[in-house]
Amino acid sequence: MPYNIHFPALLIVLPLMAAPLCVIVRHSFFSWLIAVVVNICVVLFSVSLLLQVIDGDVIRYTLGGWAAPTGIEYYIDTLNAVLMVVISIISFFSLIYSKASIQAEIAPQRYYLFYTGWLLCLTGLLGIVITGDAFNVFVFLEISSLSMYMLIALGKERKQALLAAFRYLIMGSVGASFILLGIGFLYAATGTLNMSDLALHLVDADQSRTVIVGFSFITVGLLIKSAIFPVYSWLPNAYQYAPSAVTAFLAGTATKVSLYVFLRFFFHVFGSEYSFAEMLLGKILMPLAIVGFFAMSIVAIFQTDIRRLLAYSSIAQIGYMFAAVSMATEAGVAAGVIHIINHAFIKTALFIAVGCIAYRLGSSRIADMGNLIALMPWTASAFIIGGLSLIGVPLTAGFVSKWYLVTAAIDSGWWSIAIMVLLSSLMAIMYIGKIIEVFCFRKTTENMKGADVKEAPLFMLIPLWALIIISVYTGINGSIVVGTAELAASQLMGGML
Amino acid sequence: MEFFALYNDWAVIVLMMAGFYIMIARHNLVKKILGLSIFQTGIFYFYVGLGKVDGGTAPIFIEENEKLTEAVIYSNPLPHVLILTAIVVGVATMAVGLALIVRIYEKYGSIEEDEIQAIDEQEQINDHNGHADH
Amino acid sequence: MNPLVTLLPPLLVIPFIIFFGERQKNIRELCIFIAGGILLVLNISLYQNFLDGQTIVSGSITLFDGLKLYLKAEPLGILFALLASFLWIVTTLYSIGYMRGHNEKNQTRFYVCFAIAIASVMAAAYAGNLLTLFVAYEAITLSTFPLVTHSGTEKAKRAGRIYLGVLMGGSIVLLMPAIIVIWWITGSVDFVSGGVFNESEVSPFWATLLLMLIVFGTGKAALMPFHNWLPNAMVAPTPVSALLHAVAVVKTGVFLIIKVIVYIFGFDFIASTGAADILLVFAAGTILLASLIAMTKDNLKERLAYSTISQLSYIVMAALIANTLAAQGAALHIVSHAFGKITLFFCAGAIMVALHKKAISELDGIGKQMPYTMTAFFIAAISIIGLPPLIGVWSKLVIAEGAIEGGQLWLVAVLIISSLLNIAYLLPIPIRAFFKAAPIEGDNYQACEMQEAPLACLVAIAITTLGCIVLFFQTHTISELLSLI
Repeated sequence: MPYNIHFPALLIVLPLMAAPLCVIVRHSFFSWLIAVVVNICVVLFSVSLLLQVIDGDVIRYTLGGWAAPTGIEYYIDTLNAVLMVVISIISFFSLIYSKASIQAEIAPQRYYLFYTGWLLCLTGLLGIVITGDAFNVFVFLEISSLSMYMLIALGKERKQALLAAFRYLIMGSVGASFILLGIGFLYAATGTLNMSDLALHLVDADQSRTVIVGFSFITVGLLIKSAIFPVYSWLPNAYQYAPSAVTAFLAGTATKVSLYVFLRFFFHVFGSEYSFAEMLLGKILMPLAIVGFFAMSIVAIFQTDIRRLLAYSSIAQIGYMFAAVSMATEAGVAAGVIHIINHAFIKTALFIAVGCIAYRLGSSRIADMGNLIALMPWTASAFIIGGLSLIGVPLTAGFVSKWYLVTAAIDSGWWSIAIMVLLSSLMAIMYIGKIIEVFCFRKTTENMKGADVKEAPLFMLIPLWALIIISVYTGINGSIVVGTAELAASQLMGGML
Repeated sequence: MEFFALYNDWAVIVLMMAGFYIMIARHNLVKKILGLSIFQTGIFYFYVGLGKVDGGTAPIFIEENEKLTEAVIYSNPLPHVLILTAIVVGVATMAVGLALIVRIYEKYGSIEEDEIQAIDEQEQINDHNGHADH
Repeated sequence: MNPLVTLLPPLLVIPFIIFFGERQKNIRELCIFIAGGILLVLNISLYQNFLDGQTIVSGSITLFDGLKLYLKAEPLGILFALLASFLWIVTTLYSIGYMRGHNEKNQTRFYVCFAIAIASVMAAAYAGNLLTLFVAYEAITLSTFPLVTHSGTEKAKRAGRIYLGVLMGGSIVLLMPAIIVIWWITGSVDFVSGGVFNESEVSPFWATLLLMLIVFGTGKAALMPFHNWLPNAMVAPTPVSALLHAVAVVKTGVFLIIKVIVYIFGFDFIASTGAADILLVFAAGTILLASLIAMTKDNLKERLAYSTISQLSYIVMAALIANTLAAQGAALHIVSHAFGKITLFFCAGAIMVALHKKAISELDGIGKQMPYTMTAFFIAAISIIGLPPLIGVWSKLVIAEGAIEGGQLWLVAVLIISSLLNIAYLLPIPIRAFFKAAPIEGDNYQACEMQEAPLACLVAIAITTLGCIVLFFQTHTISELLSLI
């Protein structure tokens, strides 16, 4: 028996088991250590899984040995393998960063709870991605969401965080409930919950009204969860008030995972033919996506709080991803996946940089950040590189994303979208330019003069720069990301194996 | 009465819509959570109804020494099992929500959303003025 | 030889600049001189190697899908690199005098950004394909942005915003899609002699649109209506205006356009599709309009900026005529305008350092105080106007010949009119300085005394002025190089 046969199960079980361990240990340092060690294992597992499926194979792991339609199976192809790697890496770096950052944000006696929540959240996110069972998706979605609400609310001083978490809870639960309902309808129509099996049965049941209802509920639920334009209201507050490590983790993973579920359901389970040609999902999503990235980029320009600015920029980026995916071509999906991966690293890095700044400055108002390039050169320059990547300057990961997005749009004849994507980059120039200007050319404001502002601690800088280097590397040697994304897209569009 | 033939589905719809309405219309956070709970209960009913087979009984295996007079019809147990999980999730959601409300009440002294918002805005204005004074 | 080595001197000098910093200014500036000298030598030896018939290519980095970044030397690039590296040395000499005389702050940052900009210019000059050139183009924008906002005043920051917005915005919204479309149509963004386009692939309409995207997207070429950033960027210290906004930055823009027309579109393709017809009108319009606006400007640097806009459009126009002769004229005009305009800016800066005067109306009679500077100004102005025995005459002549060969006689008329306009806005300045009496009021009694700029500035001015004259007699060297295109 090969050593790696149970990796899919271990990937989920390990963090799940480690979470209660943190509660038992009740020691802030050791629970951090447990989380980090577990996370390293998870990174190794997911990389090993990715290496196994990178040739286009699919791993189907049956839990407890119960064969697929009856039992629960984990279904691993290139798409989710690469996402698991991204999630675990982001989680790892944010964890390293959290060690120092939570000192300013969370009461010491709650540290172990923080890491418990973190591990549960990681379990949930990985579970959503790995599972091949529709109901399992809901369960893992709720595991990750519930722990996320708790992580957001953990902040010591910020009472706004409580309300943000509460609102997120209401919105998130409604979204999840819709998904649950939709899955119920699918079960009613087909009598199965296994995604691959569903895909087979749905081909016959295409015209049934039950399927249409299920389809609609799942769509709405996923849109809420991934914070697309009209239903994004929970996101800015949650990102702004959560502890900075949580924001970094959340920004890189939570909405991306919802987008993954979107891809999995609408391309794999329903089939792109049904979702986009018959149900015209693209016609609904495309306008939302375009309005989303336009409107949210404009809103971002006028923000005075840097975290809020990045939050709105995140919603805009989600718009790009949906625009790419809505084209429902292989190139479009590949572009979407590329942007999911690249943006995950960039945004996490940016939020970590902002966290470093807030750690020293005690404020996240842009106006207070004058002359940071001299005071915190490493942090500020990391932020600037990340920001350039967001704009899509060549040699950064963002450039690769934009290039593919535009080529995909042109390929499928959506010239107008190509133009709009590029026009909205102008706004990215404006809001990033605004911050760069403050960093470099504004003098330190009066009320910041007294504060002892110096470079962030090394433990915060290492994860920051690691992520920046990853995102620059994927910008220079884009073929890694592009290759896997294209493979993932072709598997997804090719339908079931 | 064709209209009432699907009475269980009507119950689902009524419950869900009632819950949804409460969530949107009420400013009281506890009521919001209750609305969410009612909303989810509607979905639970839906699942329970899904598994019901007309004339079916609980899926318990009947031993051989008992007399079998007719073929036994079982209800589908799977949706019921699924919904047990979902109920647990719902309870957990509610617990987290209520815990948050307790914390919110401690910090703000209110659980009315509009009042909390007013407090927040006031603080923001004060904060801003404080910055301007420097 | 690997063209990558030309990036090294400006990049390697950065740690030295930072290390010596403000404390040991002399050593810091000595380092820059050494780096500049090495760079020039490297470029000259590249030039020699090229003449010997070697192919000069660097290794390549593959981004994705066969998109590569690499450097490759060809005549236009070599010429541009030689020009930029030579003028870098001169400008450094000048900046020493200017920056110290003017007591500018943050001189270290200034020199660092300057060095990065030069490295990017080298990358642009030797770019092997359009993507590499695009990357270098963006790098130049970013590295010169801090130079524009150098003074940190509100006006400078506003100029910086416009600068970043027009240059980077234009390049991402217009230029990048053009590159993507070229890639999408032909599967190649390499610079190939004769172009990569196939006439059957692209209709004239799309060809025109594509060329417009490129020419307008290259904001650095300052074709109207995308010229606004250049006058605004004049808030930067004069050495920046001189080297970057008269030579390196704007010339990268027109350089990109020439390269695209010569090596991507190809002359035949442009001739057969008529893609350049509309743009020629824009270019001619910019030449005349910018000259007219220049006449109304009283601020010396602003007038020079508008003059630059007008002169850049000569080059764009020449490139758009799309024949070998005109393209050579365009390349020659890059050189001739560079020497002329840098001298003019040097003089403007010298006046600012010595007399703290910015407006042309204040210059009456300063010929007595700054005779050397104003003589140089006069010579450079004549060169820009295009009179012998100065370099400016050749480039205008070749462009005009190219226009005749291309059958566009009306462009010759544009050239003649604009030369007259050049006279009208440039010559009054030295005439005022030499022949008008200084206003006698207040403490202007010492107006007759010599009050020249620091020696370093004067030497720099002398070198570039000599360049204008010497190159008049040495044009054949440049032409020989350009005939290898």
